[in-house]
Amino acid sequence: MKKIICESCGHENPEGTVLCGACGKPIENNQHIDGNQSGKLLNMRYEGSARRSQTHNKSIIDKIWNFFSSVKVGVTLIVITLIASAVGTIFPQEMYIPPNVNPAQHYADQYGILGKIYYQLGFHNLYSSWWYMILIAMIGTSIIIASLDRVVPLYKALKMQKPKRHTSFLQRQRLFSKTESVSKEDMETVAAKLKSQRYKLTEEDGHILAEKGRFSRWGPYVNHIGLIVFLLGALLRFVPFLYIDDYVWVREGDTVVVPETDQQYYVKNEEFIIETYDEQDKRYQAAIKKQGGSVPSNYQTDAVIYKASNASVAGEDPELEVVKEGSIQVNKPIKFDGFALYQSSYQLDEFKTMTFKIHETEDEEEEALTSFTVDLTNPEYEYELDNGFRVVIDQYFPEYYLDDGSPASKSKYPRNPAFVFFVYPPNEDSPEVSFAGIGRNVDATGENDYKVGLQNFEVRDVTGLTVKKDYTLPFIALGGLIFMIGVIQGMYWQHRRVWIHPSESGVWLAAHTNKNWYGIKRDIEKAIDGTEVKMVQDQQELDE
Amino acid sequence: MGDLTTISSNLLYLAFILYLIATFVFAGTIRDKRTDSGDSKLGKVAITITIIGFLTQIGYFITRWIASSHAPVSNLFEFTTFFGMMLVFAFIIIYFIYRLNLLGVFTLPVALLIIAYASMFPREISPLIPSLKSHWLYIHVTTAATGEAILAVSFAAGLIYLIKKVDQTKRSKRTTWLEIVLFSIVSTLGFVVVSSIFSGLNYSAEFQFPVEGQEITAEYQLPALAGPNGGELLTGDAMQPWFEAPGWMQGENAARKFNTLLWSIVTGAVLYLLARLILRKRIAAAIQPLLRKTNADLVDEISYRAVAIGFPVFTLGALIFAMIWAQQAWDRFWGWDPKEVWALITWFFYAAFLHLRLSRGWHGEKSAWLAVGGFAIIMFNLIAVNLIIAGLHSYA
Ligand code: HEM
Repeated sequence: MKKIICESCGHENPEGTVLCGACGKPIENNQHIDGNQSGKLLNMRYEGSARRSQTHNKSIIDKIWNFFSSVKVGVTLIVITLIASAVGTIFPQEMYIPPNVNPAQHYADQYGILGKIYYQLGFHNLYSSWWYMILIAMIGTSIIIASLDRVVPLYKALKMQKPKRHTSFLQRQRLFSKTESVSKEDMETVAAKLKSQRYKLTEEDGHILAEKGRFSRWGPYVNHIGLIVFLLGALLRFVPFLYIDDYVWVREGDTVVVPETDQQYYVKNEEFIIETYDEQDKRYQAAIKKQGGSVPSNYQTDAVIYKASNASVAGEDPELEVVKEGSIQVNKPIKFDGFALYQSSYQLDEFKTMTFKIHETEDEEEEALTSFTVDLTNPEYEYELDNGFRVVIDQYFPEYYLDDGSPASKSKYPRNPAFVFFVYPPNEDSPEVSFAGIGRNVDATGENDYKVGLQNFEVRDVTGLTVKKDYTLPFIALGGLIFMIGVIQGMYWQHRRVWIHPSESGVWLAAHTNKNWYGIKRDIEKAIDGTEVKMVQDQQELDE
Repeated sequence: MGDLTTISSNLLYLAFILYLIATFVFAGTIRDKRTDSGDSKLGKVAITITIIGFLTQIGYFITRWIASSHAPVSNLFEFTTFFGMMLVFAFIIIYFIYRLNLLGVFTLPVALLIIAYASMFPREISPLIPSLKSHWLYIHVTTAATGEAILAVSFAAGLIYLIKKVDQTKRSKRTTWLEIVLFSIVSTLGFVVVSSIFSGLNYSAEFQFPVEGQEITAEYQLPALAGPNGGELLTGDAMQPWFEAPGWMQGENAARKFNTLLWSIVTGAVLYLLARLILRKRIAAAIQPLLRKTNADLVDEISYRAVAIGFPVFTLGALIFAMIWAQQAWDRFWGWDPKEVWALITWFFYAAFLHLRLSRGWHGEKSAWLAVGGFAIIMFNLIAVNLIIAGLHSYA
């Protein structure tokens, strides 16, 4: 690779350098790179170091590299993602619409033609769409390449800088002053006062560089690393065993296997509890009244977690050993072996059993001739009853509704159970058909001698628990932490430098900071206080 | 507990009045010929009143916390008032760095408006529903609001910059946009004014109208310019709506909110036109001469610095703490809920701001416009997302 020897100090700079790494003299043929114009203030970006993206432009790799290392491209990507994200909030995403509707229909019905277009363009699932993912991936790539492109040259440049700087470098700093005559003591006072403000001084032939907060220059790179770790952490979700997201319904009193645990863990729902705020509570009275009463204060499942202790032989019930007992509340999941169970939903008063009686249709007293109990989670096919009756369940609708006139079930959960029974009277071979459910018993033919009626039922609550295992969280958290460290490092500290440059009988003062110019000016004001040295002038013209 | 609640709301009133006085005293410093810095006596008086006001509002916050047994950041009124309080706090911090009196003249009115706006929402102490019962709620909400408040100071400084720098000799896109920004501020005032008037009059009009096949009723606290679609006025002596809200406005509260928006804009327009009539020039043009002494460079720096300070706080509160809480409450740290997405959008926006400023040299006016845009996004998230786009977070 070609090297550029600085005419002024003889330092060997890599090709593409804008300002000599040692003395800061602008390198004549490269001023176009950062748009420096003679007579104007220097562009101090990345110390005028040689970056790959500014020097290589031949191969396809160079082109890709240059594309992604451009901040213009990076910002454009961010802005596109920003706009896309906003579009995604115009109508609810698919995951927030009711679960049992047809999305195409739903968007068109609810939001008219706009909703229809929204759906057809795939905005209803925007954030998991391939092109949104690609945008994020491109931002990630851009962060990596842009950072690599700059951090190495910047590191070298900051390591190599000399206290003695070329005059054109000093004159073209934003903060600059010339003092014609200054005593040696005054110059020493200024240096000492900078030092007492925790500047680090380095000296070369009486030229002094006072510097502080250099580490803040690495802030952006640290925060970008954090972002990348975060994004990679999010990608880890797609590794199956690192991330599990499942759901289980448990009825009160039941013990069920926790999904995704290889039949190892079981959870028992001892009791599901809903508590509401006391409507007499003085503090909240007014608000509760306004909200129409009964504001929930707690959703809780009292649960027991078991572990199957014998390597369960197929068909045999495993032996269960209690691992944990406790309550699961919203905001307080129960945790075991990397899994967490969250209180996430519930169903009150689901039917557990229904007891039906059979009586004569004519009998106004509806006196039971016999009765039978259906266990709704596990209904039997046939019931042999007293007095010679026999009942066969022909159809079972756990959550009954009328779908265009014909009976159907909304779900497999017994929330509104209904049955079609075949009732075989004593010594009969052909059954009578009866329909029975909550508040209805219908005689299919109108000619039945016997009627089936609901006599009794038991209900219980069901709790819905989310089953989560997420080994990606530590990566995500680490990414967030690194990001915060980097962003604070870069924002709450600044890299400030003051060059003290003795001239014949006086001194030149120049200063640069990457941000907070007000702060560095105050530092200098303090340092020159009581000396002959003139305050630096802000040479920046804000006249665009 | 009733007493404590009363004390609490009185403290809030008091804080409001103190901020109002402080604003006028800060405004008085503009006339101070010598210097625009905190060394002036008047400036010291103003910041002292501001600090007393802030402490008074802290008093409101603590007493309300005790009265309600949870941190008062759980509904729109509480959250927005808190935001106003943190805006004052952020101003105090920035004031002690830069000692620019003028910043008070612009920041405190914004804080006043926000608190007044907040007070238009139901102010009862409400109980916490289970998902809000977490320490992370307080930590998340308070930090996020603080971050947004610091970012809002950047808006105030950006506005000063624009009023000072935008050429008012002839009409341009920039003058128009600047007037639009000022008009939105006036409209917020308009909202507060009409809401107060009609709530003072105890105005109420009930409507019955169909939503998804069901007849429901809604109560308007403002006379209905726009009634609900297919609605029927139940209250006898109330004003008949001038027209009906369009049918695509869904939900039981949509039409009422739309009506409120109309009222704000109408009142804002009246106030704005009155001001124009009196001043006989653009509002920004009328303010401009008062800023002659102001150092544009310094204001630009303050605007940027506020972003530099606010961005990390915002990230921590609105994204990181939010994720920790969401992980606990809803078992996923991120769910693409509208409120979350708008926090992300805000974050993207300020990230873009920082990169543009750093690498593309967007200083001065461009940077000031960005600061205004950022604040618009924050306000959108604070208010519009709650009111328009419902989500898990919708308090009201
Ligand atoms: C949302 C994603 C991003 C965030 C949150 C972010 C954050 C930051 C922050 C906070 C800074 C420091 C700014 C300052 O000191 O004022 C920074 C600097 C920087 N970022 Fe990003 N960044 C993101 C994406 C990108 C992308 C896509 C690029 C690619 C072009 C990029 C390139 C840079 C560069 C070149 C710097 C300046 C480094 C220096 O001054 O040494 N960033 N970034």
